[in-house]
Amino acid sequence: MNVSCEFYRSSVGKKVVVALTGAVLFLFVVGHMLGNLKTFMGMDPSGVHHLDMYAHFLREFMAEAMGHGNFLWLTRVVLLGCLLLHVVTVAQLQARSSEARPVKYKKQTLRASSVAARTMWYGGMLVFLFIVLHLGHLTLGSLHSDFVEGEVYRNVYIAFQNPLIVIGYFIAMCVLGFHLYHGVWSFFQTLGLDTPDRNCALRLVAKVASFVIVVGFLSVPLSLSLGLLPPPVGM
Amino acid sequence: MKVTVHVWRQKNASAAGKFVTYPMDDISPDMSFLEMLDVLNDRLEERGEEPVAFESDCREGICGNCSMVINGTPHGPMRNTTACQLHMRSFSDGEDIYIEPWRAKAFPPIKDLVVDRGALDRVIQAGGYISVRTGSAQDANALPIPKLDVDLAMDAATCIGCGACVAACPNSSAMLFTAAKISHLGLLPQGQTERMERVRNMVRQHDDELFGSCTNYGECQDACPKGISINFIGHLNRDFLKANFLKVKNPRREVESQ
Repeated sequence: MNVSCEFYRSSVGKKVVVALTGAVLFLFVVGHMLGNLKTFMGMDPSGVHHLDMYAHFLREFMAEAMGHGNFLWLTRVVLLGCLLLHVVTVAQLQARSSEARPVKYKKQTLRASSVAARTMWYGGMLVFLFIVLHLGHLTLGSLHSDFVEGEVYRNVYIAFQNPLIVIGYFIAMCVLGFHLYHGVWSFFQTLGLDTPDRNCALRLVAKVASFVIVVGFLSVPLSLSLGLLPPPVGM
Repeated sequence: MKVTVHVWRQKNASAAGKFVTYPMDDISPDMSFLEMLDVLNDRLEERGEEPVAFESDCREGICGNCSMVINGTPHGPMRNTTACQLHMRSFSDGEDIYIEPWRAKAFPPIKDLVVDRGALDRVIQAGGYISVRTGSAQDANALPIPKLDVDLAMDAATCIGCGACVAACPNSSAMLFTAAKISHLGLLPQGQTERMERVRNMVRQHDDELFGSCTNYGECQDACPKGISINFIGHLNRDFLKANFLKVKNPRREVESQ
């Protein structure tokens, strides 16, 4: 208990917490992106969209052992916990750092840090805002113009006919990409896994991972809005 | 050459500071930056004004005293050098040069460009020591150390404690300094005895001095006059994790019988 208290109180320990919770959220983002690609799989012979079947599968997964939808809820609780811990810990670190320089420089030339690194805090806040809006939009449906629970393909199809929403998602995903680019590499540096020998490879991993995630996520709204995918049955 | 210097003037810690502009004509491009300030101070004294307070000692880049942010960069635009090793030829004729002190809560201002960097000393005091056998000197090379470890430790030990890493860091974090001090002892066999408590104590002291936290910007490495790598921050993080979670269990306690 004492160890973890001292650990969490220290700035280095907090960074580790941010890195580990960030890693969990990163894995979720990868899974979410891969799941979204089910949009492109079209329909089952029985006339049900693969995307809808996937959504159903997520609810039914482990249902025999845990009951209907409970595995999904467990995942949600873990993810929400990680997100809150991630945000709260970062906020504490940010508060500490912004107090650490009471008088600002008249001139400060930043030569080494990337745009991604400099925008972690504000970009992170935008990502958080996006998560809230996105949950309201396509999970709860309260921000959706015509939401039918369970008919996922139909809901996304309708949502992305609005170009403003597509632009909004486009911006959000670019911000997420920058956040992940610095976050993924930072994860390794913070855990002390980065060394000069591995640095090049780890930076490449961060670059590729963030790029693939952004492209994967954006492929869905872009193809829907460009009419590359068929409308749902009955539309 | 002609330059216009804008120097941060602050009477003492409690007074408000401001930039004062001094046009400097007939400056030789071969002057060092501190010599240019010496010329400025001579002129100020001739006019009966208070000279600009700034720190300098060795003037050859090894003492780490000449702490000033020049045009937004600690120690000025030249890489891997201190302000005293900077020459006026690094600036263009007619350039505006802004000179500011290190700005951090952990470095309270004393006067003009001079700040109190005692916080760094206290970080060293918290763990920058080793246990050695005193008495007659050991034979040289009695303790074989791999060449790479020696070189790495030496890279970390080149830290002159100037505080440029703190000044450059947008978070005012002293992680590079702390990491260099931890690594140069922790990489050598003589530093193993206190290795785990060293990292914990020095990180605690770092935090207590109200330095900010590291967000892996890498500005410190870029500003460091000795080119110390943020690789050492990775060393610190690794040791800190080990020290907190891989604690050696007590092997001396009783073993339960059946």
